[in-house]
Amino acid sequence: MGATPRAGDPIVTPALIAEHGLTPEEYDRLVRMLGRTPTFTELGIVSALWSEHCSYKHSRPILRTLPTRAPWVLQGPGENAGVIAVGGGLAVAFKIESHNHPSAVEPYQGAATGVGGILRDVFTMGARPIAMLNSLRFGSLDSARVRYLFAGVVRGIGDYGNCVGIPTVAGDIMFDPAYEGNPLVNAMCVGVMREDELITAKAQGVGNTIMAVGARTGRDGIHGASFASEDLSHESDAKRPRVQVGDPFTEKLLLEASLELIRSGHIVAIQDMGAAGLTSSSAEMAARGDVGVSIDVSRMPVREEGMTPYEILLSESQERMLVVALRGHEAAVRGILAKWDLEAEVIGEVIAEPVYRVTEGSHVVAEFPGSRLVTDCPIYTPEARESTEVQRKRAVDVQAIAERPEEADLAWTLRELLSAPTIASKHWVYRQYDQSVRSSTIVGPGPADAAVIHLRGTRRALAVKTDCNGRYVYLEPRVGGQIAVAEAARNVACTGARPMAITNCLNFGNPKRPEVYFSFREAVGGMGDACTALGTPVTGGNVSFYNENPMGAVYPTPTIGMVGLIDDLAHVTRAVFTTPGQSILLLGVPREELGASEYLARVHGIVAGAPPRCDLAAERRLIDALLDAIRAGHVASAHDCSEGGLAVAIAESCMISRDAACGAEIDLTAWNDVSDRALLFGETQGRIVVSTDVPERVLEAAGRHGVPAATIGVVRPADAGLTIRLATRRLHSPVSALADAYHGAIPAIMSRVASAVLDDDLLPAGN
Amino acid sequence: MKFGIVTFPGSNCDDDAYLAVTEALGATAERLWHKDHDLRGADVIILPGGFSYGDYLRSGAIARFSPIMREVVEHARRGGPVLGICNGFQILCESGLLPGALLRNRQLQFVCTTVVLRVESRDTMFTNQYREGQLLRIPVAHGDGRYTIDDSGLARLEDAHQVVFRYVDGAGNASPEANPNGSLDNIAGIVNERGNVMGMMPHPERVVTELLGGRDGLGVFESILARVAA
Repeated sequence: MGATPRAGDPIVTPALIAEHGLTPEEYDRLVRMLGRTPTFTELGIVSALWSEHCSYKHSRPILRTLPTRAPWVLQGPGENAGVIAVGGGLAVAFKIESHNHPSAVEPYQGAATGVGGILRDVFTMGARPIAMLNSLRFGSLDSARVRYLFAGVVRGIGDYGNCVGIPTVAGDIMFDPAYEGNPLVNAMCVGVMREDELITAKAQGVGNTIMAVGARTGRDGIHGASFASEDLSHESDAKRPRVQVGDPFTEKLLLEASLELIRSGHIVAIQDMGAAGLTSSSAEMAARGDVGVSIDVSRMPVREEGMTPYEILLSESQERMLVVALRGHEAAVRGILAKWDLEAEVIGEVIAEPVYRVTEGSHVVAEFPGSRLVTDCPIYTPEARESTEVQRKRAVDVQAIAERPEEADLAWTLRELLSAPTIASKHWVYRQYDQSVRSSTIVGPGPADAAVIHLRGTRRALAVKTDCNGRYVYLEPRVGGQIAVAEAARNVACTGARPMAITNCLNFGNPKRPEVYFSFREAVGGMGDACTALGTPVTGGNVSFYNENPMGAVYPTPTIGMVGLIDDLAHVTRAVFTTPGQSILLLGVPREELGASEYLARVHGIVAGAPPRCDLAAERRLIDALLDAIRAGHVASAHDCSEGGLAVAIAESCMISRDAACGAEIDLTAWNDVSDRALLFGETQGRIVVSTDVPERVLEAAGRHGVPAATIGVVRPADAGLTIRLATRRLHSPVSALADAYHGAIPAIMSRVASAVLDDDLLPAGN
Repeated sequence: MKFGIVTFPGSNCDDDAYLAVTEALGATAERLWHKDHDLRGADVIILPGGFSYGDYLRSGAIARFSPIMREVVEHARRGGPVLGICNGFQILCESGLLPGALLRNRQLQFVCTTVVLRVESRDTMFTNQYREGQLLRIPVAHGDGRYTIDDSGLARLEDAHQVVFRYVDGAGNASPEANPNGSLDNIAGIVNERGNVMGMMPHPERVVTELLGGRDGLGVFESILARVAA
């Protein structure tokens, strides 16, 4: 037997093959697999499954090198989301995913459907979503187009998550011209369940029934996966129709119905129909279970008449699930869906014969042997070579860059940095997100280095954060990859959490370019180094290549989503100074490291120099020492030094909480061997600013772990201002001036927006 | 006495209201399903926040036609207490149980932030455990929260002391800056003439334990308990 063309199918020609993104070699491979010419439907299926987005064909060999195991990892990479045990029989599912390409052409729906997709990835594991995070990168806000993208993405994220009722609590947002025209929109979701509620997307049980659940299938989003697997160009705007349209209300119904279904025992597997829709969900489920499946597309509930098998298979209509139900339990499944006013339709079954078969009624329109459709996809290891331009930029002697005249006033420089959109308060963004729905948000965006979410019914909490400085990765990929993980780990540790595991979203340019592939290989290697050293395995993630536009590739940006565990609610720690009179300590030491800094970018417009070194063993000791001190109750606040360096970290601890600001008096004269600029604004890693009543106890804890530490000052009332003494100079500023710079920057820029998205109001903004 | 918490398909603060009433307050509560016509013997009805039926049309516009709302309206007409929070407030206005309407926020953006509320009247079954003029820190999270009513309606509200909460600054002044959504006269919550139905945009159920930023919202539920149980 085998598939035969439908009447009216286009003839498979070299032009059609190329249009489907298959190379001649890939097409030959397909013909060899089938032993015949593929049908048009089969060509469509393979085009989607072998797209970069679905197949990971350029990344798999590198991803295999990542550490993925730990005793607490219940589900590693390969499923819809990773899962870790967090004690007391509870488990946490989490995953991050990109929606860069759709957001670049249609920011509102692109971002909204990104949130929808990642929510589904988590609740299909059986977990109830409890928190959302977003890692966003945009070009300079000086550009009107960037402001339009920024406003639209934020609105899309908010309208979707707010409606479903999942708090958006953290993330990271950076701005750099490198992301102009190709913003990065990475959404992360965290969910919680009992360990025994874990379910996977593995089709099993010959004779079991395959059902389509949720929204009906329409013609939207066809070839979205392929679209996300090519560079953006001036023609990309014409591909707006490939962007799906989100319906968060249906998502909320699907969430409740799916969790009820999973807990009911009527189903054996469930998977989101995400990228490449029915095609990839059914093929992946079959491959994971090593079984055959047969699907009749004529039984698929559709929105419009006359949809072809090709369209039904490749539609990316949102809010749909594929379910494998126990044979005979179909009515029970329908009953649960009906309670939530959703449909469930039988569309196929699990079969013993090792084939992936699609029929339209009795006509076989596609048939592939075994699970080879997924497992036999091509794998590439392209040439890797570092860009000479990057080598040249890294070698720049940044100490030779002269200070600007304004820098004579160190407070001016500090205010410049605090008002840089990358560093400034993101309150303008977060106030558009519901941060406190579900009544579990102990610490939302802002006052701590990570968000802290209560695990209801326990004394434990999760700390969650995303991080990645793409500028570091650009200038030195291996170190940049290490730092991304180390910083995320430090951030969750500053809230009192033990870093547990990561998910990652690898945003890179076109992997066929040697310099892109080099940065990918090295950055992932660095990430792996850090995950091994810090004991935080990778539980899954997503690769997004082809983040390029006519101006070039984005910075290589391997975004890390970190989950940490706080053992006891008493350990929850924030980043803000609270009590005048308390001592301020620095764990770690400043070094002469100014390269790749926000200072150089913001004050001098220069992206150059080597990024700071990352000593992973020292990072581990630092985290251990800090957690010891926090658990012993010795730490009043802890804040990691990152973009903008020590001076920015101290200023933030003074005035992130504007209503309860403090001043500080700091003495850094001991480090007279480090230049003023590097001491204040250099981004040396492995440093944490701590405030405490018992400095000697914190110093003791640091000493026990071999972490260098020193008392550097004292918390003062806000009206005393911030004073930092250096060997020969002194920085002084009223706290209010720092707060104005930090809190006022983004609102001032965005008040200039005549937002085009306001007319584009398709989702409920409701309550 | 028993609370009844309604779940519409798009409710997303029903769990929070349930936990506030059962865990923080220690009262008993029943979950009520929107397709039912049964209040299960509940003495006090809470319409929680969320997006009842998606609210693509107008917040709360469809919810008023749901089966459970027939019983809720009956309950209110009999003098039974009804508390609408956020989307619940919108539904109460759409149902005609409260006067006025909630429009899109003035800044045309969803707003989630902790606001300061001034207790304008403690002479209600929802606020009797607060002091008159007490300042409360309670979060808001909504896109359609701009309360509006015509002039004569506003005069009637004021005359009958039906305005229960106003948005104010830290010093207690109802300033424009303290108003998160452009509500008329900084109105954040009102009761009906009879005093048994209250709607408020802020979320008291989210601030009932110190862990989550204070207990300023608990007084609403304590007030109901004090009055209804008495």
